[in-house]
Amino acid sequence: MARASRPISRRQTWWLLASAIAAAAPLAQQVPLWLALAGASAFGWRALLTWQHWRLPPRWLQVLLVIAGTVGVFLQYRTILGRTPGIALLLVFLALKLLELRAARDAVVTALLCYFLVLGQFLFTQTIPTAMLAGLTVLITTAALLAASDDRPHPRQQLRRAALLLAQALPFMLLLFVLFPRVQGPLWGIPQDRFSAVSGLSDSMSPGSIAQLSQSDAIAFRVQFKGEVPPQSQLYWRGPVMPAFDGRSWRVAQTMGAYPEVPYAGAGTPVEYEVTLEPHGKHWLFALEMPASLPPESALTSDYQPVARQPVRNRTRYTQRAWPEALAGIDETPGSLRAALSLPKDGNPRTRAVGAAWRAEHGEDGAAILAAAQNLFNRQLLIYTLNPPLLGADMVDEFLFDSKRGFCEHFAAAFVFALRSAGVPARVVAGYQGGEINPVDGYLEVRQYDAHAWTEAWIAGRGWVRIDPTAISAPSRINNNLAAAVPANEGLPLLARSDMAWLKELRYRLDAVTNGWNQWVLGYNPQRQRDLLASLGLKEPDWRSMTAILSVLCGVIMLGLAGWILRNRLHVDPVLAAWRKFTARLARRGMVWQPWEGPLDFAERAAAADPAHGEGIREIAALYAGLRYGPAPQAADLIRFKNRIAAFRP
Amino acid sequence: MMLASLRLRLHETFVRWALRTRPPEPVPIILTQRRVYVLPTRAGLAYAAALGVILLGAMNYNLSLGHALVFLLAGLGIVAILHTFRNLVQISLSPGRCEPVFAGSPAQFSLILENRRPDARTSLRLWIGDQDAVEVDIDARASKVATLGYPATRRGWLPMPRVTVETTWPLGLVRAWSYAAPELMCLVYPAPAAKAPPLPWSGDSARGTTRDGRGADDFSGMRKHQVSDAPRHVAWKAVARQHDGPLLTKLFAGASAQQIWLDWNELPATADGEQRLSILARWMLDADAAGLAWGLRLPALQLAPDNGQEQLAAGLRALALHNDGAR
Repeated sequence: MARASRPISRRQTWWLLASAIAAAAPLAQQVPLWLALAGASAFGWRALLTWQHWRLPPRWLQVLLVIAGTVGVFLQYRTILGRTPGIALLLVFLALKLLELRAARDAVVTALLCYFLVLGQFLFTQTIPTAMLAGLTVLITTAALLAASDDRPHPRQQLRRAALLLAQALPFMLLLFVLFPRVQGPLWGIPQDRFSAVSGLSDSMSPGSIAQLSQSDAIAFRVQFKGEVPPQSQLYWRGPVMPAFDGRSWRVAQTMGAYPEVPYAGAGTPVEYEVTLEPHGKHWLFALEMPASLPPESALTSDYQPVARQPVRNRTRYTQRAWPEALAGIDETPGSLRAALSLPKDGNPRTRAVGAAWRAEHGEDGAAILAAAQNLFNRQLLIYTLNPPLLGADMVDEFLFDSKRGFCEHFAAAFVFALRSAGVPARVVAGYQGGEINPVDGYLEVRQYDAHAWTEAWIAGRGWVRIDPTAISAPSRINNNLAAAVPANEGLPLLARSDMAWLKELRYRLDAVTNGWNQWVLGYNPQRQRDLLASLGLKEPDWRSMTAILSVLCGVIMLGLAGWILRNRLHVDPVLAAWRKFTARLARRGMVWQPWEGPLDFAERAAAADPAHGEGIREIAALYAGLRYGPAPQAADLIRFKNRIAAFRP
Repeated sequence: MMLASLRLRLHETFVRWALRTRPPEPVPIILTQRRVYVLPTRAGLAYAAALGVILLGAMNYNLSLGHALVFLLAGLGIVAILHTFRNLVQISLSPGRCEPVFAGSPAQFSLILENRRPDARTSLRLWIGDQDAVEVDIDARASKVATLGYPATRRGWLPMPRVTVETTWPLGLVRAWSYAAPELMCLVYPAPAAKAPPLPWSGDSARGTTRDGRGADDFSGMRKHQVSDAPRHVAWKAVARQHDGPLLTKLFAGASAQQIWLDWNELPATADGEQRLSILARWMLDADAAGLAWGLRLPALQLAPDNGQEQLAAGLRALALHNDGAR
């Protein structure tokens, strides 16, 4: 192709450089520093070459740089597959492609690399600002592609044209986005580097681990209730259950997928809701206690925590039902009960003594021991605080009897310890408590600072009973929120605080927009697609019907666009059109009007060839000459001209 | 090799089908929707492949925005088809001028491209056969002349071969093209012989004049020198008089000043027909350059002695079309 071998002009180089910078800059913080610096200097080098009209580096140097870059990436990551290494490699190629821009073909390759890097940005973040930035990059890259074909227009005009093309592409995008049959990924194994560092609950709890989360106002999940929102004090979002205690920290010890179905009977009014869970890299699906249904591809653990088969690496949406009053685990296995009684051999003698006393007093009556324990917590006047003092080896004793200051993990740990030492099976449950309704869109937002730990005790005949020891000392934590429960001078994230109303209002709006974006753009998955199409009246939408509708609608848009683009197709002078009809008729009789012939000359020639119609031909030609070249053509002449031609039958 | 020739044959078949009406076509040729073809370019195929890869990535990582990106770019591709098509469709071609040329040099066919639509046409490329393309832009509701070269190898009428009109504007991803075979003929003169016998002065070709031009011819004036004027007629004295003035040529009254006959039958017997024509062409150019009045005798045609551009054109035309029907 002649075009592909045409050398690249300076203007085209500037365009490609701009699009490369737009595509690469957002990724600079994702790649190692040396690569970011190397890329920046390659861009700078290229700019200097273009500016100073210098020659491109020799080919051997380019090859050397490609090899060096690839080896560098490999040494950095020990692989060239996966997300970050792949993007690093793309950056290397882009930077070096710029240094060997020779022909138009290279311009196309550069533009395609830039489009790829836009996708690369989405691997790290898909927020609204990212989307806007990506839109800008696509605009510049498209303008660069336009410039590769025709670099004469002014940059502003070039951008305007690119914007016009992209605007015309938008209807197709929307249609494809909604109707293109979606496939739930991953298609192949996702490298483990996705979601490497996400804050959230962990599978163990030691003093301070939940207090640490209280500093984060990141959203853990959002909930939309189908009916009325249950009271704040009922919003216990069950997370990992931790029965194993080693003297300092509590751990999960559960059988994954023990129950494919909910094993207990329903009770009370069910609560229906939908959770949109932010990715956290673990299997847990937080559910309102007690879970009454299971999302697809999930099961209950032996301690009734819903877990997904795959770790939650993407924002996940699931509908759930809860039975707030269900009795779970009435016939709990002896093994589980034993595990819920085990204590380290020694430590915390004072609490053990209190437990032994309860045991001596109440015997097998778990409910009475429970009441005694609650009574103890009430009497001790424990203080709920974000900044508890450091505790020594006997942390339960020190918390209950000495410092008396602690966060929810101290309360839960001490309560379970006390119950166990009195012979009542008990365990720690971690999760989230509460949440806040966003008045803008009505979603309940549960944030990391809502993380909480509470306890469950097993009482014969009632199964596992939830007791929240924090609620005994700091009921406002449960009935209101964290800010109401902790002293005012303790540092809390902005949203957790109750002052600064206008800022909160702003933040609510922002969160609602983000949530809409998450729900409808980022969370538009096969399920949501099916739901949407079903609500539009498409029963049982499958890929066939979707493709059919998609094709038809794309065709409609294409026709509309074609009509618009090809609008005002021809403005043919009516005189000329009629004359053409006339000459075409004569041409069929062998009298071809030659373009260099004047109409009157032609008429003479044609009349000579066909004397029978000579008069008609001459008259039409004279009218034509008058209309076309004469002064101020008359409408009447035009009508006469047309009539004569219509009547002319040689 | 086989494949290449098959491709060529298929292409020829396609072009013949595409042109349907047997060339030449009636003018003006309007590139209507039905005769504009659209296919992706190599860049367009690469673009489509890249979109496929991006889509796979977006699916694998469940990137909603990745899907949006692919769909936007796919829409861009579709829009590019429309724009490229729009850039070419409804252009009308009509034949322009074509100056005669000597065999061996490229014939220059002029085409008048007319754009009756209110949008400009950008980067149209036209070419004939395997010749280099000519790139033109046409403003909205305007017309433009494109001159396409094609090597003229044989004397006689050279009909303009099929023209390909192509554009990949705006994105270079899609190629729209069309074929046209406008009726335009180029007259190709025989190539002047590189080595020719000297002008035939002997016999009855020179009539009572001497070679140096003194005598019967009267000096009648001077005019500005033209490249075709013989150096002998330059008014060297006048030039010497007026320093750095233009070269002047002496004019002589009377066409009869020097008169020769260029006669087909007087050519060496060894020369065949085409060589004779070449020699005659050379003689005509030389005689014209020398300002001689010359006449031409061909077996079937005779031109009275005269000089000047018209005589030259008539003579060369006679040579070009000599025995045209027999060939």
